[in-house]
Amino acid sequence: MSNPDKYRLRRTMMFLNCQKPGLIKDPYIYKPDSVMLDLEDAVAEREKDAARYSLYHALQEIDYRGVERVVRINGLDTDLWREDIRCAVAGGCDSIRIPKTETADDVRTVEYAIAEAEREFGRPVGSVLIMAALESARGVINAMSICDSSERLFGIALSGGDYSRDLQVSISGTGVEFMGARQHMVIAARAAKVQCFDTVWTNLDDMEGFRREVEVIHSMGFDGKSIINPRQIPVVHDIYTPKEKDIVFAEKVVREIETKKAQGIGVFTVDGKMIDIAFYDGARRTIALAKASGVYKGDL
Amino acid sequence: MEIKNAAVAGTLESSDCMVTVEPAAGGIELELESAVMRQYGDRIREVAMETLDRLDVRNARVSIVDKGALDCTIKARVECAVMRAAEHEGRIGWGGVIR
Repeated sequence: MSNPDKYRLRRTMMFLNCQKPGLIKDPYIYKPDSVMLDLEDAVAEREKDAARYSLYHALQEIDYRGVERVVRINGLDTDLWREDIRCAVAGGCDSIRIPKTETADDVRTVEYAIAEAEREFGRPVGSVLIMAALESARGVINAMSICDSSERLFGIALSGGDYSRDLQVSISGTGVEFMGARQHMVIAARAAKVQCFDTVWTNLDDMEGFRREVEVIHSMGFDGKSIINPRQIPVVHDIYTPKEKDIVFAEKVVREIETKKAQGIGVFTVDGKMIDIAFYDGARRTIALAKASGVYKGDL
Repeated sequence: MEIKNAAVAGTLESSDCMVTVEPAAGGIELELESAVMRQYGDRIREVAMETLDRLDVRNARVSIVDKGALDCTIKARVECAVMRAAEHEGRIGWGGVIR
C-alpha cells in the first residue's frame, strides 16, 4: 500500500472549528497547505453531534481546491472517536489526526477503524492517511515506535498546550520548554521517514515572536507548523520557500556532483564551498521544495 | 422518523442558521426567516424539505432563521435538529439518510 499524498507539502496546517460554518466554508482562499477540521477540543461538548453533520456536508460539497483536509477526531478515551472516523471517512477526508497519541497501539487501533470505514463507505483501503499528535511526555518518549506504527502514518505533531501541562511547565514564548521534545520528535520522524510538525503559536499580537519560532523550527528540520490564523500562513510559507540563491546553489551542486561523479572525482568546490556526495540529497530536497512551492523555474 | 421533543441546532452567527424542530400533527409546517429571502428563500425551503423527506419526517413544526447559510449548512442543521428531536442514538447513516 502506497499513498502518493503521504509526502505532500505540508508547511501550514490551519485549525478550523467544525462547529462554525463560517470558518469551514472557504478557508482555501488563504492557501494553507492543509486544513485541520477539528471535532475535538474546539467543539463544545454538547455540540459534538452538530460538528459532525457540518463536517460531513462540508467535505462532500465544498471544493477545497487541493488543500489537504485533515480531520482531528476526539480522543481514544472518549465514546466519540469511532463515529468521528465513520463521518470523516464517509465524507471523503484525506487524513485523520489522532489526538493524545501515546503508543503505537493507539495508531493501530485507529488504523483498524479507518479500514473498516473505508470498506463500509466504498473507499479504497489505504486511501485515508493518519497523523499522530503527541501531547504528553509518554507520547514524546514513544515517538519512534509511533512513527513506525503504520504505513498510513505520514507524520507526527507536537501539541504544546497539553505537553507543557504534562511536563509541569508553562509556555514561555522562548521555546526552551519544548527543546527536548522538538529535537527528539524530528530525529524519530526522520529515522522513520515521516514528517514532523510543530505546535501552534497562540499569541497573535506577537508576530515577531512567531516568525522567530518558525525560523527555529525550520532550521531544526520540521516540515511545517500548525497554525490558528490566516495571518500566520505567509510568514511560514516565506520561511519555508527556498530563496533564489539557495535554488541556484542547489542546481549547481546537483549538476556538478553528477558531472564529477562521471569523471571519477569525489570532492570538489562549488562557489568556494567543499562539496561531496553527502550534499546531493539536500540539494535535491531544496529543488523539490522549490517545485512544490511553485517557485522553481529550472529544468532539474 | 418520529419527532418526540422540541430541539434546536445552529446559531444566529453569520453563515449559519438556527433550526428548531417541534412535534406536530398533520404534516410539515415550515417557517422561514432570512435576510436573503427574496433571492434564496425558495432554495432554502427546497433544501430543508428535501432533507426532512430523506430523514422520513412526516409530521413536524420546523422553524429556520437563516443568516446566510450555504446549502450544506442548512442540511447539517436540519439533520442535527431532527436527530436531537427524535432522540436518535447510535450509528449515523452517513451517505444514506445523511447525504
